[in-house]
Amino acid sequence: MSLEEPTPEDGAVEVLPTEGDEIAELLGDLVVDREEHVNAPGFVIRPDSVQETLRRLRDEAGFDHLSCVTAEEREDRYESIYHLTSFDDRQREVSVVVPTTKDDPVSESAEPVFRTADWHEREAYDLIGIEYDDHPDLRRILLPDTWQGHPLSQNYDQDRPQIVTLKEWENPLADDHREDAGDTMYVNIGPHHPATHGVLHVKTVLDGEQVADVDPDIGYLHRCEEQMCQTKTYRHQIMPYPDRWDYASSGLLNEWAYARAAEDLNDIEVPEYAQIIRTMGAEFCRIASHMLAVGTFALDVYGDFTAIFMYAMRDREKVQNVLEELTGQRMMFNYFRLGGVVWDLPEPREEFFELIRDFLEDLPEAVEEYHDLITGNEILQSRTIDTGVLPPEVAKSYGATGPVARGSGIDYDLRRDDPYGYYDELEWDVITEDGCDNFSRLLVRLKEVEESAKIIEQCVELLEDWPEDERNIQANVPRTLRPEDDKEIYRAVEAAKGELGIYIRADGTEKPGRFKIRSPCFSNLQTLPEMSAGEYIPDMVASLGSLDIVLGEVDR
Amino acid sequence: MSSERDTPFVTDDTQVQTETRDARMTGAGADNRFNSKLREAFGSSPFILTKFDQFMNWVRGSSMFMLQFGIACCSIEMMHTYSVKHDLDRFAAGVPRASPRQADVIIVPGTIVSKFAPRMKRVYDQMPEPKFVVGMGSCTISGGPFQEGYNVIKGAEEVIPVDIHVPGCPPRPEALIYGVAKLQQRIAEGESSPVTVKPYELEQFDDLEQDEIVEQLADQIDEDDLVMRYNWADSP
Ligand code: SF4
Repeated sequence: MSLEEPTPEDGAVEVLPTEGDEIAELLGDLVVDREEHVNAPGFVIRPDSVQETLRRLRDEAGFDHLSCVTAEEREDRYESIYHLTSFDDRQREVSVVVPTTKDDPVSESAEPVFRTADWHEREAYDLIGIEYDDHPDLRRILLPDTWQGHPLSQNYDQDRPQIVTLKEWENPLADDHREDAGDTMYVNIGPHHPATHGVLHVKTVLDGEQVADVDPDIGYLHRCEEQMCQTKTYRHQIMPYPDRWDYASSGLLNEWAYARAAEDLNDIEVPEYAQIIRTMGAEFCRIASHMLAVGTFALDVYGDFTAIFMYAMRDREKVQNVLEELTGQRMMFNYFRLGGVVWDLPEPREEFFELIRDFLEDLPEAVEEYHDLITGNEILQSRTIDTGVLPPEVAKSYGATGPVARGSGIDYDLRRDDPYGYYDELEWDVITEDGCDNFSRLLVRLKEVEESAKIIEQCVELLEDWPEDERNIQANVPRTLRPEDDKEIYRAVEAAKGELGIYIRADGTEKPGRFKIRSPCFSNLQTLPEMSAGEYIPDMVASLGSLDIVLGEVDR
Repeated sequence: MSSERDTPFVTDDTQVQTETRDARMTGAGADNRFNSKLREAFGSSPFILTKFDQFMNWVRGSSMFMLQFGIACCSIEMMHTYSVKHDLDRFAAGVPRASPRQADVIIVPGTIVSKFAPRMKRVYDQMPEPKFVVGMGSCTISGGPFQEGYNVIKGAEEVIPVDIHVPGCPPRPEALIYGVAKLQQRIAEGESSPVTVKPYELEQFDDLEQDEIVEQLADQIDEDDLVMRYNWADSP
């Protein structure tokens, strides 16, 4: 299997099939039927031609990014939807729809083509009940192994009792080693462990001191976010939930993901003034989130609870003060509304701008301090440089995005590549680093903090000069939203951890028929075994820290 | 001893020491740098008369080791409570320990789901007695915003006893500090929390009542495996 992209020969610019008809031509008789999704053309194919279709799209049309796999149960069938796009041009999108019958929901696995499909399909099996042929390891991923039933399928009875076991974990490689090759040792890390950033469980097998096998076991914080969103109304009830997906202060970024998808679904235009406020707030969240990532990373790498961690917390407190002024909350902002934001900047505005300016003025010095303490520190350098290496092709195949992808030299940022909000009007750069290691990912985060500060500064200038009678914070949006039946959309934004996508299928009521969250942490975490094979345990922990996962978003 | 004899020299060292100390600390012109609360309460006497259990309660409340235990969103605010600005350490309760065997207090900061509850119970069981629990956030009270979820335990109290509930989603650091201070006060006053019935316990699989689901799982689970059984229909 080749992960290489097709390269245009002799520098000739190759025109890749993008329009619906061109793709249909490429796929030929693999296509059984066509659909129109709001974001992309959809192609219905047979359940046994998944691999062939995806491979053709990847190799011949450059769709090298399997962003998300959505599974759902409809009245008369099961459906898996593969949302494909391209790392080079995010605005090219295509959906591959694979229906299967109710009595025999089996379809071919996409794992041999895109490695990221592994976990996505396990999740689909776990929550919906679709089975995938040719999948290397189809078992439950979020719910306990002994769970009965598939909770997001129709007719699931939520009141039936369930039994969950508490067992000693076994060494999965115990019987696997050759006769005289010596034993492997099993090390259990988590789910309650300070190095796992929450309730992650990492089953690790050591051969000597080297990591022979890592299996991240997730689901210890699976709190039914998708079910919650499916039982709430579009207009007001869903918005508080995104704050709780990636709770490391990325609230506004997550809210934007939902807002963007729902606004495009309902054709809502957001006033420019509100877009600027959104952009500014979102970048503050990104700073807070990266600060936490940097602080806890240093904590992981050299157990430093007193200096860097506290510095990071100090700066986060400042950001939270600004956000609290703006939204009234320290963490769970609930500040966006479909069509805008809930209220204007706090009065007196000058004081608010003053607060932001103070923060921005102090920031360069603070960042300098981080560089002195962390990136310029030889201990940290020798712990992180050339450990946890993630080559770009592997990262792409696992659907890694955000700082993890950019640390592997992949120039991919939705704020620029699929512009939304006010980003395309502002001056800023996408940061990439070519080291592919833990150190690069750290550098990307620190540099992104500075870029975010640039964006905020420009937003503040715009907001200061905005004419008073044009401060329109919300579009006119009806009280109840009922998008047409069967309208489907997949939209993503660049959250702090990467591409945060939302798939919504409307069913003609005021609640979504299916609400699927594509979490960047979920895909990024999948790369952990790749990064840590053959490394020492402390390097594995450093890699885990550099991925900056938040379990609330991994498990949803 | 020798003090009865009228000698020009004082030979009792102890007495000299006591007098000097008293002069320094309590007498006229006492050095006002010795101003601890304890001294105000007890004077300079090296003895404190109290009941032993009262003393122990006071000690317990004044030096609490917290378990470093992060679950969900609330744990971010918990970290802020430990760190600069809010600094829980000022209230004699800020040393996060990574191992349950060294901890006195567990703050449960987040949503508990079916897969995690048995592990949390295990961690709680590993803490040495006496141990205290602060439930942080609405999730530990009722399941919070996720109360209707198919996988969510409707409050920490279903699994372990909780001494103090701090409501909020998430509670502000100030609120958590208040909760911890309340706990310290209760401990110092020797109050214990009421015994609650916990519906979800760890039990052996073959002790479960035989019914449909137990039969279905019989070939997957060993008889002496520990399990937790959730009767969702009876949950609040
Ligand atoms: S109470 Fe709110 S903030 Fe705390 S864990 Fe639950 S949802 Fe998160």
